Amino acid sequence: MRAGNLLVGNAENAAALEMTLVGGAFEFETSAVIALTGSDFGAGLPLWSPMEVKTGQTIRCGATRSGARCYLSVRGGIGVPQVMGSSSVHVMTGVGGHALRAGDVLPIGQAAIRRPRAPARGAPEYNSGGRLRITPAPQADWFAADWYRGGYVVSEESNRMGLRLRGPMIPSPGGHMLTEGVPLGAIQVPPDGQPIILFVEHQTTGGYPKPGNVISADFCRLGQLRPRDEVHFELISLEQALTALQEQEKWLYAL
Amino acid sequence: MPVPRVVVRSREVTIRPASDRSLLISFGGEISMESHHQVRLLTQSLEGLRGILNLHPAYASVLIDFDPRLRTHAEVESSVRERMESAVHAAPAPVRTVEIPVCYGGDFGPDLPDVGRHTGFSPERVVELHAAADYLVYFVGFSTCFPYLGGLPPELATPRLSAPRKHVPVGSVAIGGGQAGIYPLASPGGWRLIGRTRLRLFDPEGSPPPLLRMGDRVRFIPVPEARL
Repeated sequence: MRAGNLLVGNAENAAALEMTLVGGAFEFETSAVIALTGSDFGAGLPLWSPMEVKTGQTIRCGATRSGARCYLSVRGGIGVPQVMGSSSVHVMTGVGGHALRAGDVLPIGQAAIRRPRAPARGAPEYNSGGRLRITPAPQADWFAADWYRGGYVVSEESNRMGLRLRGPMIPSPGGHMLTEGVPLGAIQVPPDGQPIILFVEHQTTGGYPKPGNVISADFCRLGQLRPRDEVHFELISLEQALTALQEQEKWLYAL
Repeated sequence: MPVPRVVVRSREVTIRPASDRSLLISFGGEISMESHHQVRLLTQSLEGLRGILNLHPAYASVLIDFDPRLRTHAEVESSVRERMESAVHAAPAPVRTVEIPVCYGGDFGPDLPDVGRHTGFSPERVVELHAAADYLVYFVGFSTCFPYLGGLPPELATPRLSAPRKHVPVGSVAIGGGQAGIYPLASPGGWRLIGRTRLRLFDPEGSPPPLLRMGDRVRFIPVPEARL
């Protein structure tokens, strides 16, 4: 989403449309500059490239041909009001509005801050064999040293709040755990030993122990995981995680 | 005002990374007034710090989310240590007491009979005990400013439902184990519902949004259905 905004000349956090697994048809009442980023939803248009749409033109996105999510960014941003500092919808509670439905009409905003960019050179590698890099989390030493070595499958019950994984049981350490704040990408292990990765709509606090946390540079991979995709964890150091993030940012800002 | 569940513990503070973009500050592993005060002071003192994205206070810890492009773990840690030192001398924010009118039982509190059965009290006695206690908002959390209340009389502790309800109505007043709480928005939930309030705890368009804040005192006032 950030890349799409940068390509059309918006600030990186301008409001854009997110499609999950299937897309939709988007008719433009005026001409506009747009970009499609993320996964290929079969729109028949180049991805990772700013392009002009004409008045009356319809962009049709179908079912995904690669990962879980595709982003439609529009030069100027989507002009929806912010609630508590965010243009997003919290789907579970309805704070900020509702998920889009057929017939909804959205205004194009005025958030463009520079000229559209050239088509991106290269795209992030989402599908690196399902590898998710992780760093140790606060309860890491409650777990066996090799807790993360199993292979997992993304469950159908996953959503923007969390990705539920199915696979070898991670023995629950028991122990007395006080509810504490939980960060994005935290891997929670409930008593059934099946890990849950907290995602963008996650709760602010939780009481399950956390052996690891997905690194920031792999959040974009988390967002592209579909039900039944296979994942495995690779434990790295904080320094390696921050280096990976710097490299990703360098790519993004060189767009 | 009597203070619920005081457990005095050492002042140990641990600061460690929770992820590559967050730091967890812990004041021991117990629920106590002392750690609550430390959490409250630290949270107040960190508000508005540049590069900090979110503060998640809890019973005995504060999680600090920051932008790793603007701040390193070491920088955030030294800000925390600095602010903790000066916060020791800061006056805590004044304590507010919030009264919550509750209509107990019936459709509003479908689990009141179960709480009675579990605790061995009549539903009327459960209400009496629940409304006689003083509660403290340890923190607000989960997904929509859910207030985690300490101070439930221990004899009212009732285990959560074995399977959570898919829909708990907004304003439901509930017991979950030894904790008390109020559902700020309709959501799924596994706590025992004993009543409901018409007060809106969470209004996303309101400013400031949550009615209850960390450190507030709460009293429940029984009211008839007509006044709800």
